Amino acid sequence: MPTFVYMTRCDGCGQCVDICPSDIMHIDRTYRRAYNIEPNFCWECYSCVKACPQHAIDVRGYADFAPLGHKVRVLREEEEGMIYWKIKYRDGRVKEFSFPIRTTPWGSIKSPADYETPDTQALDSPMLAHEPTALHVDTLPTLSSSNNK
Amino acid sequence: MSLFTSRKTHFVDSDILIIGGGFGGCGATYEARYWARNAKIVLVEKANIERSGAVAHGLSAINCYMGMQWDENQPEDHVRYARNDLLGLVREDLGYDIARHVDASVHKFEEWGLPIMKNKDTGRYLREGRWQIMIHGESYKPIIAEAARKAATEVYNRIMVTHLLMDKKDPNKVAGAVGFSVRSGDFYVFRAKAVIVAAGGASHIYKARSIGEGVGRTWYAPWSSASAYGLLIPAGVKMTQMENKIVLARFKDGYGPVGAWFLLLKSYATNAYGEKYEEARFDELKALVGEYAEKQPVPTCLRNHAMLEEIKAGKGPIYMHTQEVLDTREKEEIGWEDFLDMTIGQAVVWASQNIDPREKPSELITSEPYVMGSHATCSGAWASGPEDIAPADYQWGYNRMMTVDGLFGAGDTIGGSAHKFSSGSFTEGRIAGKSAVKYVRDKSTDTPQIDDMQIKELEATIFKPMENYEVGRNEIVAGTVSPSYISPLQGLQRLEKIMDEYVGGISTYYVTNEPMLNRGLELLTMLKEDLDHLGAEDLHQLQRAWELHHRVWTAESVTRHTLYRQETRWPGYYYRGDYPKLDDTEWHVFTASQYDPQTGEWEMSKLPVHHIID
Repeated sequence: MPTFVYMTRCDGCGQCVDICPSDIMHIDRTYRRAYNIEPNFCWECYSCVKACPQHAIDVRGYADFAPLGHKVRVLREEEEGMIYWKIKYRDGRVKEFSFPIRTTPWGSIKSPADYETPDTQALDSPMLAHEPTALHVDTLPTLSSSNNK
Repeated sequence: MSLFTSRKTHFVDSDILIIGGGFGGCGATYEARYWARNAKIVLVEKANIERSGAVAHGLSAINCYMGMQWDENQPEDHVRYARNDLLGLVREDLGYDIARHVDASVHKFEEWGLPIMKNKDTGRYLREGRWQIMIHGESYKPIIAEAARKAATEVYNRIMVTHLLMDKKDPNKVAGAVGFSVRSGDFYVFRAKAVIVAAGGASHIYKARSIGEGVGRTWYAPWSSASAYGLLIPAGVKMTQMENKIVLARFKDGYGPVGAWFLLLKSYATNAYGEKYEEARFDELKALVGEYAEKQPVPTCLRNHAMLEEIKAGKGPIYMHTQEVLDTREKEEIGWEDFLDMTIGQAVVWASQNIDPREKPSELITSEPYVMGSHATCSGAWASGPEDIAPADYQWGYNRMMTVDGLFGAGDTIGGSAHKFSSGSFTEGRIAGKSAVKYVRDKSTDTPQIDDMQIKELEATIFKPMENYEVGRNEIVAGTVSPSYISPLQGLQRLEKIMDEYVGGISTYYVTNEPMLNRGLELLTMLKEDLDHLGAEDLHQLQRAWELHHRVWTAESVTRHTLYRQETRWPGYYYRGDYPKLDDTEWHVFTASQYDPQTGEWEMSKLPVHHIID
């Protein structure tokens, strides 16, 4: 389902260009608006659709196998931590779904440098950051040495 | 060169350079910072780490979680599972190492804000299957990216890394990498004391089932352009199990995942006549692979095999009976979210073809082959194992270091450690990140030495496709047909056709043999020569040109490994028509290859499989 951009909604802000993992959302030089330059490299990941502040980007199922007349629209409310989907079938049926996307405020993740500096000798142990606490078991498992020769 | 006089060269020095900002790279960045508070840690990504890698659009499940806190599984259990699935051949030390750490990664994800579904009765994570837990994972990647951004000294987005750099004084020691900005066209030279390659596996080296726009909807992301291998092979890194391609049984055309349907919703598949075909083909499987057919769960490739035989017997389409299991709104939501979180295209297939999964079944089919190291397959670099676990001949210094000094890897890059998925790739990144810090501590006096001449040559090589186009386009009036250059897309189509027809693609039902593989190699050699004549109209096409280079190196390696292993190890992934059975006497080994950058020769060898877990 490659993306396309509605002429009347796009203001050429470039957010889709910035986010597209496939580097296929580009700004048309004549119209100063975004478009999909390479639909056969579009994974329909919806990153651009979700990022567009104007809701100017939509998708039309791959012409190879998707008959016309459908819509899968999305509204990602980042602050609210929710995503809303509306699916319209070719025959007009509609389904709606909503799901949580995050349980903490955006930007709230602690840098690993904000934790207490580990003991220098710990660098030589097999233990990774936050272990064993983060494992929720007492010790990091290992194999008895007789197994490994 | 004169055509781009405004091009700038940027030198970026760091202690640790991480190439690829997917789950492996983000894990490596986070962990390296934890252990090295003052180090310069640079993460470089060809897209934008907010939405890059195979998890760009999200996931609906975490497929690798032990649940040690509830004594659900121990790391040994996961090793046995992965070993059975790959018909005996996995690096048990690497798999164990990931499995023993992975729960901590998942607990951090939850603390960071990833919504993980809970079992209402037990309060534990909701299990999809024995190893999988269900998540609301639309923002899985942005959450992980936030952690990586907090940890990195600098993140460089939109830089396509094309080559690794070796030390001027020691050709077997890494010194950094080069690439270019897909936005400005500037040339970037990264010098680093240690390098972690966490790039992606390979989609689009085989012809896809779709033929038009739909080829964008491959199962693995089209931006997974084999840099995981294409960066390593020409640098002389020893590779393993590159013949271990993966083929996926998925919902047809949209490639929607089947795991939640089979495991959580308890749906089932039949042929077009309503017959459950898998059990019926058990004896046939046993004749091919012996006792491996008796393993539970049935190995992924063998399930593919049963489906393929059913289709060949004229009993397709194969159907997933979704309509039998969606009896509540809650189950319907789980079914849809499974797609909307991670494979939105499948929802579009349903909407466009008027398929309501509550009312009718959906077709399943096997995909074109892919090359990767993180799913139910284990292609990648031969890496040193964990110090406290790995057998002596599996370790030579630092955990996850490859056969090149100072070069580490994670995720799709590292071979032998199947079934890591998102959480395991992040965890392997963490292992590599800590290990790289240790390496830099031990070797802190060695600053990387770069050969200036080599840098100049690489710059010319990297930008040559644009020059080819600038010059060549004046020869023709207009259009895409030139006698002197081919576009990256034209080159890609040739690659996909060669691999499909000669190296076990969909056209031959994944069958190949020695004469076909040799013919494939001849054609690949000519394609490699033609890569000097790629023409790129702009920087986007220049990115595509270098993605193609990485794919072609990978494809050649896949072909050579497939030729070397004289057995059919994984029926359902591919078949050697001339060696149709599994052969544990000769081939209970890893295959290895090493390309010599000086001579251009490939050396193939066998490496032992050590079973350290009963």
